[in-house]
Amino acid sequence: MKLYCLSGHPTLPCNVLKFKSTTIMLDCGLDTTSVLNFLPLPLVHSPRLSKLPGWVSKDGTINLEKELKECAGRVFVDSQPEFCLPERELLDLSTIDVILISNYHCMMALPYITEHTGFTGTVYATEPTLQIGRLLMEELVNFMERVPKAQSATCWKNKEIQRMLPGPLKDAVEVWTWKRCYSMQEVNSALSKVQLVGYSQKVELFGAVQISPLSSGYSLGSSNWIIQSHHEKVSYVSGSSLLTTHPQPMDQSSLKNSDVLILTGLTQMPTANPDGMLGEFCSNLAMTIRAGGNVLVPCYSSGVIYDLLECLYQFIESANLGTTPFYFISPVANSSLEFSQIFAEWLCHNKQTKVYLPEPPFPHAELIQTNKLKHYPSIHGDFSSEFRQPCVVFTGHPSLRFGDVVHFMELWGKSSLNTIIFTEPDFSYLDALAPYQPLAMKCVYCPIDTRLNFHQVSKLLKEVQPLHVVCPEQYTQPPLSQSHRSDLMLELQPPPMPYRRCSVLNLPFRRRYERVYILPELANSLVPSEIKPGTSVATVSAVLHSKDNKHTLQPPPAPPTKKRKRVIEEPPVVLAPKPLLSGAVPLEAFLATLQKHGISEVKVEETADGHILHLQAEDTLIQLEEDGTHIVCDNNEPLRSPERCKLEGN
Amino acid sequence: MPEIKVTPLGAGQDVGRSCILVSIGGKNIMLDCGMHMGYNDDRRFPDFSYITQNGRLTEFLDCVIISHFHLDHCGALPYMSEMVGYDGPIYMTHPTKAICPILLEDFRKITVDKKGETNFFTSQMIKDCMKKVIPLNLHQTVQVDDELEIKAYYAGHVLGAAMVHIKVGSESVVYTGDYNMTPDRHLGAAWIDKCRPDILISESTYATTIRDSKRCRERDFLKKVHESIERGGKVLIPVFALGRAQELCILLETFWERMNLKAPIYFSTGLTEKANHYYKLFITWTNQKIRKTFVQRNMFEFKHIKAFDRSYADNPGPMVVFATPGMLHAGQSLQIFKKWAGNEKNMVIMPGYCVQGTIGHKILNGQRKLEMEGRATVRKLSFTFTLTFFLLCNLDVKLQVEYMSFSAHADAKGIMQLIRMAEPRNMLLVHGEAVKMEFLKGKIEQEFSINCYMPANGETTTVTTNPSVPVDISLNLLKREMALGGPLPDPKKPRTMHGTLIMKENSLKLVSSEQALKELGLNEHQLRFTCRVQLQDPHSDPDTLHRIYTHLKSVLKGYTIQHLPDGTVMVESIVIKVSSSAEDPNTKVLLLSWSYQVTFLRC
Repeated sequence: MKLYCLSGHPTLPCNVLKFKSTTIMLDCGLDTTSVLNFLPLPLVHSPRLSKLPGWVSKDGTINLEKELKECAGRVFVDSQPEFCLPERELLDLSTIDVILISNYHCMMALPYITEHTGFTGTVYATEPTLQIGRLLMEELVNFMERVPKAQSATCWKNKEIQRMLPGPLKDAVEVWTWKRCYSMQEVNSALSKVQLVGYSQKVELFGAVQISPLSSGYSLGSSNWIIQSHHEKVSYVSGSSLLTTHPQPMDQSSLKNSDVLILTGLTQMPTANPDGMLGEFCSNLAMTIRAGGNVLVPCYSSGVIYDLLECLYQFIESANLGTTPFYFISPVANSSLEFSQIFAEWLCHNKQTKVYLPEPPFPHAELIQTNKLKHYPSIHGDFSSEFRQPCVVFTGHPSLRFGDVVHFMELWGKSSLNTIIFTEPDFSYLDALAPYQPLAMKCVYCPIDTRLNFHQVSKLLKEVQPLHVVCPEQYTQPPLSQSHRSDLMLELQPPPMPYRRCSVLNLPFRRRYERVYILPELANSLVPSEIKPGTSVATVSAVLHSKDNKHTLQPPPAPPTKKRKRVIEEPPVVLAPKPLLSGAVPLEAFLATLQKHGISEVKVEETADGHILHLQAEDTLIQLEEDGTHIVCDNNEPLRSPERCKLEGN
Repeated sequence: MPEIKVTPLGAGQDVGRSCILVSIGGKNIMLDCGMHMGYNDDRRFPDFSYITQNGRLTEFLDCVIISHFHLDHCGALPYMSEMVGYDGPIYMTHPTKAICPILLEDFRKITVDKKGETNFFTSQMIKDCMKKVIPLNLHQTVQVDDELEIKAYYAGHVLGAAMVHIKVGSESVVYTGDYNMTPDRHLGAAWIDKCRPDILISESTYATTIRDSKRCRERDFLKKVHESIERGGKVLIPVFALGRAQELCILLETFWERMNLKAPIYFSTGLTEKANHYYKLFITWTNQKIRKTFVQRNMFEFKHIKAFDRSYADNPGPMVVFATPGMLHAGQSLQIFKKWAGNEKNMVIMPGYCVQGTIGHKILNGQRKLEMEGRATVRKLSFTFTLTFFLLCNLDVKLQVEYMSFSAHADAKGIMQLIRMAEPRNMLLVHGEAVKMEFLKGKIEQEFSINCYMPANGETTTVTTNPSVPVDISLNLLKREMALGGPLPDPKKPRTMHGTLIMKENSLKLVSSEQALKELGLNEHQLRFTCRVQLQDPHSDPDTLHRIYTHLKSVLKGYTIQHLPDGTVMVESIVIKVSSSAEDPNTKVLLLSWSYQVTFLRC
């Protein structure tokens, strides 16, 4: 059993597990942090961005004015943003049988894997994961396609040139493999390969292994996966949460008794408490509004935003924000809000109970109904005429490189009355803000990451007790910035097996048993004998049939009636069942049995290891020893048989 | 031999009060717990005394599963759990869990408040009963206990309807509940995978019908409604609040829109809004098309359909009214029917099946004079006695009566289709009329060559199963066998494998004999036979041996025959040695030696 690690990003994993003749890809995360190296894509012409000076190396030898622009001391690529894909050279992607998706954030690289690689397998995901994943992809494509960039910068990727560039561009890895965003057509084709599954549903793969998604508590429809055969169990834990937010709680007990547990997607903010962050979010928001400023919240259009809106629903009245407009701007804003209301089965108990009333599970329905929250597909159209300030705007993309958020940065960045509040933990807020510097607007960083922290995960692992843990190498040492915090790493016994991008791990597994089915006819013919109290044995002679990775034992065909040599080519295929012989033959009892069969003239001779019996009338020697019996006689079939019977009796 | 027993307490050769007991692998499961709409006495509920004469059912049942929210499938649930007594788990899907208590409460109100019956379950009992419900998700494998697992499949019939697969070890039963094999305007078609259950328990409401295409029926329906409206008549459509009602509403809504019709459409009872809301929240349970477009246009937000008020019934002019309940046995639909029955311009369209004993059933059978229970007068004689008088009056039915089979059951074709999908080993029919079942039974037995049963209520069907025994085989042994067998199995040359089955506590392990001995701490006992054969041969010992070798080689093709340097010949594992007799060098003594494991070949 092997694990191929195609992504180095611990929360956006992409691993391939080879297990019992199946090749299973676990998640398909797309590392979007690469876009931070690019200039933002403005929705309307931005004089500031277009006036940025081009970059020329200090000695003037390299001139990339067209491709690279300088802003506040940092260099950015002026081109359509590109993403860092999972490794595609480590193994042949066309051999992948299935892809298991754990949550909608971990499927964004799907079109790169399923399209143009010869992939012919199936993708498994829950319905909310598929629907919301589709929305997020659609949004991404929309953000890119509505502001097309004519030029595509490639010169800077030249190894010789990249070496000379200032950081962080200099240190960017695998830049040659970076790819532009996929098209909607590729998204549709990729998603058409998805097969929907429900929690705890058992899906057979080629009869060899069984996969089953478990609720992971992180987002709508998010799941961990169990991959098991009758005797081996691998758990794949990705993006799980023990906090009570909107999704169904995490199923922990089903992870028990794993041989290997692959652990990914822990919190990216181990030191930030989500509840505290939520409080800070609200108070900063209220403060800014009261002072007459606007609040910008760069966010994904599904996920934490539901919790933020729910929190605001309770907060608005108490903070006297009843008249402040809240805007949610995204090409998929409406769909995201609508979809969140129809997945009752995937929600926490409280929200399920609401649906029975019947009431919408999320209170943002009421915010919309009372016109407190308005959603628009983009800043163009209705929004521009209905827009009132001061207001709160939720919009994407959290990297601040594309989407409607770019427009609000340009619009509000110059006033210190306004505040930008970062809630998504995926991007460093300083890097995100870099191309907008100098900036007058206030910045508040309250990243809300509900995924497991190190304390929770060690408690979880103590409970479920996997034999081995595999995790990204980042989890086996404290974060670089806090190297003294030994509590911010995994400490386990035996130590976890770390992986990095392009690792190939041999998982410590010893398969020893396989399930086989004995047909009832054969089972009935078995003669068990008790060897020790509670333990019986029976010798089995059967014909093995293996089909679709399922093995059955059938009774052997009836033996030929006559025992005679067959001079035909074909070897005798039927062998009579042989009972298992064990133990020693007790001399006295044996003699008594011989007597019973009419053999009385026996001369017994003692030897070093046992006895030699001379059956004088039959001219036969029987050598009895502790671990063997040897019968020497003339051709005398009638004699051998009773002796054999006797021995079998032992 | 293991057996599966199935006993219908209701719905055996009958429609109504579905309740089927299944015993499988030592587990007892109750499938559905419905009531009969045609009766007002004891026969209304299944006879639970069949399970036990004295008291509570908890210890006799491992779980109860409700397939969908129709009262003939869940109407007796509070009675069973709260009045007879059952505290175990009750499983149903989320939409069923949401809607079922509303219908139960409705039903309770009609029975207790309107008809004044006592000895009936209370609102509190419905609530207590629902607390015992565990929601089921589609395709989720639910482990009821260590051995019993259930899995729900989409059944189509109404919102949240499910079929269930019940499995204990390698034995399994599928219960379909009510299902529909063709997608309609708001629901998808039932689907199940090839799970090969030992018994498939199927409804058979439309056992003999093969309905024409849905489109034609819809066109027919719209034509009739339209004609009636055109001539100024009133159209009554008795429905149950949830299910068919929504489908017909979608149908009329789009028709009204297209034809730009102005006549009002009403939906009776306060349930309308609420009912539609359930459809909006459980949109994932509707059909593909509605799910795809719900963000842009939610099909359950009706523009033309408004809430009905009792006083509207006397308004002049044409109108269409959806009123509950669907079989005209009580409530608003019956009241409106009585008002409109006398006018031949009016029309009643019965869109679903009506059980015997209901007005719906009577008028569908062409009865034109009805004896109705008039207003009940209740006279209190003392604190303990209440007398209820029923005034009987006659009602002439002049309005047009139309029957449109819109109720979403599988027809004969659909049932056969499901059998093909699931590939059951045995078939058992419930929820249908005996005569029709008989016909379908013959057809099934003929087409699929499987046994088909149709037990009556209280009659037990026993099916013996023949499960394989799962055993853990050591991978060494398996791999060795598979390697010997070559890449492909050859049916002409089946090979026998030998192994030892170790039975210890609850585990069954199949290992090679050597490993078995090692694991059990036993020494193997070698048994060898040596046989002396004398023959006359003038050659020297090695020559004799060589001659035997060449002879065997020519005779025993397909065997490994080796001539070893130590002066022996091996045929497979049989050793042959030659020595001369001391007295006569021409008399050779052939020593044949073989172990007990070798089959004896006589030379």
